[in-house]
Amino acid sequence: MSTQDKGGLMGWIDARLPVTRTIEKHVTKYYAPKNFNFFYVFGVLAMLVFVNQIVTGIWLTMKYVPSAEEAFRSVEYIMRDVEWGWLIRYMHSTGASMFFVVIYLHMFRALLYGSYQKPRELVWIFGMLLYLMLMAEAFMGYVLPWGQMSYWGAQVIISLFGAVPIIGDPLVEWIRGDYLISGATLNRFFALHVIALPLVLALLVFLHIVALHEVGSNNPDGVDIKKNLDENGVPRDGIPFHPYYTIGKDLVGVVIFLMVFCGIIFFFPTAGGFFLETANFEPADPLTTPENIHPVWYFGAFYSILRAMDFDLLFLEAKLLGVLTMGAAIAILFVLPWLDRSPVRSWRYKGMISRVSLVVFAIAFMILTWLGIQPVTTLNTILAQICTVIYFAFFLGMPFYTRYEKTKPVPERVTNR
Amino acid sequence: MNQDGVNKGRRRFLMGATGAMGAVGGVGVAWPLLSSWQPSERAKAIGAPVAVDVGSLGEGEMISVEWRGKPIFIVRRTAEMLETLRSDELRGRLSDPDSDNQNQQPEYARNDVRSREEELLVVEGFCTHLGCAPQYRPQVEPQSFDDNWLGGFFCACHGSRFDMAGRVFRGVPAPSNLAVPPHFREGDMLTIGEDGETA
Repeated sequence: MSTQDKGGLMGWIDARLPVTRTIEKHVTKYYAPKNFNFFYVFGVLAMLVFVNQIVTGIWLTMKYVPSAEEAFRSVEYIMRDVEWGWLIRYMHSTGASMFFVVIYLHMFRALLYGSYQKPRELVWIFGMLLYLMLMAEAFMGYVLPWGQMSYWGAQVIISLFGAVPIIGDPLVEWIRGDYLISGATLNRFFALHVIALPLVLALLVFLHIVALHEVGSNNPDGVDIKKNLDENGVPRDGIPFHPYYTIGKDLVGVVIFLMVFCGIIFFFPTAGGFFLETANFEPADPLTTPENIHPVWYFGAFYSILRAMDFDLLFLEAKLLGVLTMGAAIAILFVLPWLDRSPVRSWRYKGMISRVSLVVFAIAFMILTWLGIQPVTTLNTILAQICTVIYFAFFLGMPFYTRYEKTKPVPERVTNR
Repeated sequence: MNQDGVNKGRRRFLMGATGAMGAVGGVGVAWPLLSSWQPSERAKAIGAPVAVDVGSLGEGEMISVEWRGKPIFIVRRTAEMLETLRSDELRGRLSDPDSDNQNQQPEYARNDVRSREEELLVVEGFCTHLGCAPQYRPQVEPQSFDDNWLGGFFCACHGSRFDMAGRVFRGVPAPSNLAVPPHFREGDMLTIGEDGETA
């Protein structure tokens, strides 16, 4: 191997630690398909935001006080008295929302081009676990400022576990660590938010990328580039990740992203109540529920599905039915690789039904997200019920429409559009 | 059994025994970690009864007091309100008009207006759906959430509706009536958290 005969410091290190070998495998000799489009920038952006959250999070813990008495005040202290505290906090709060923007686009890319299909099932599952852990991380983080929305959001979400038959009530008590949401709840959420879940997230990011690099990246055509190798065993349609994609694509994406990110931080940090909700600028009050309590926008879709179940079904009460339906909406994403029976990956070559379904699904998901932060009215509930049916129909119908529809022929090599 | 100096039966036994002891140790470590999430002794101690003066509570008015971290709603209901509560028009729209679910109130509040003393309603302001505090909406007038509103409590979180006795309507997410906490009155003082001597 070329790394073995190298002398000097790198040679000495490489004989003891696989530095050069790892960089080559994952960066300079990782061959990615040459037809990536802009949808392929969101993985790198997610990593960037993750680093932003870790760094700003560490700095916030230096001034934040995790107790029911001090939490709200310490956040205001960071915002008003700490040098640059407002910037660090807005970077963290904006980062949370942008994390979900980036992740949703990253997931949509996988849906568009069939990136979850064989042999990338594990890449998809690690990604879904990341999404699930990210939701838990974001939820617990939102509780920490101890504002009205923190408190009542926690109240509602933790009460969801009370719908579990028999052990529901003791389970809720165990999660809260008290008979109501209190400082005990806040402290444990702090511990999980700053230590436990970030460790889990970092591990999952590692597994997600190692699994991806084992099977190789998909591309907008869904063509397997490893089927066409040159005399050196390098895919003819592949180019090294570095420098072609790092400098040529990702750096451009990062700069554009940072322009948007900074624009929000400096001119629009609450995003009109979407990123930081108005009710959260009041300290938590266990006796008064705000008028319209709702989760932050990124949970809107699942919250809408929960609220849409306002009727009893057979022996299931509406409350349990809502929780089960919401759980199913997340769980069904995990089995997506086995629901898609299409012989082709990319929607470019799938049939009309698949293409229309995906567009309708995406619109339904956006409507659900929007409805999640609207007050309950009869019309909104009916709309949420319709979109919930669309949501599930997309997945449950997939094994049928992907198998029987007529697909277009997939080219041998990747295309240049 | 004895191949090339390897005693496989003994190896299997030692592996099994080590694994079993390791599992016991694992449970032994997990137990204190998991049960430390239970409410602490201090949290259990904070749960004493509270007393409130209801002498100045006017007809149709509501006050809210805190007991065990939950808001307790106290309403002095008017004669019209009580009449509405007993009407078949309202009862037909409720899911448990006769308080058949015995977990939601003490025996002395298990009657047609769900109170120990007819006009004085004492309920937890804790929606039985997901724990939001419902709003007091005593006006009998059409509302955005109900065209034929007869007065009661509305939970804005998920649209659950309750009547002036805390009884839940049909077709809303909340599964049961608002809970009536143990309480008793002596003169103008209402104590919440105890049944009192006469119970």
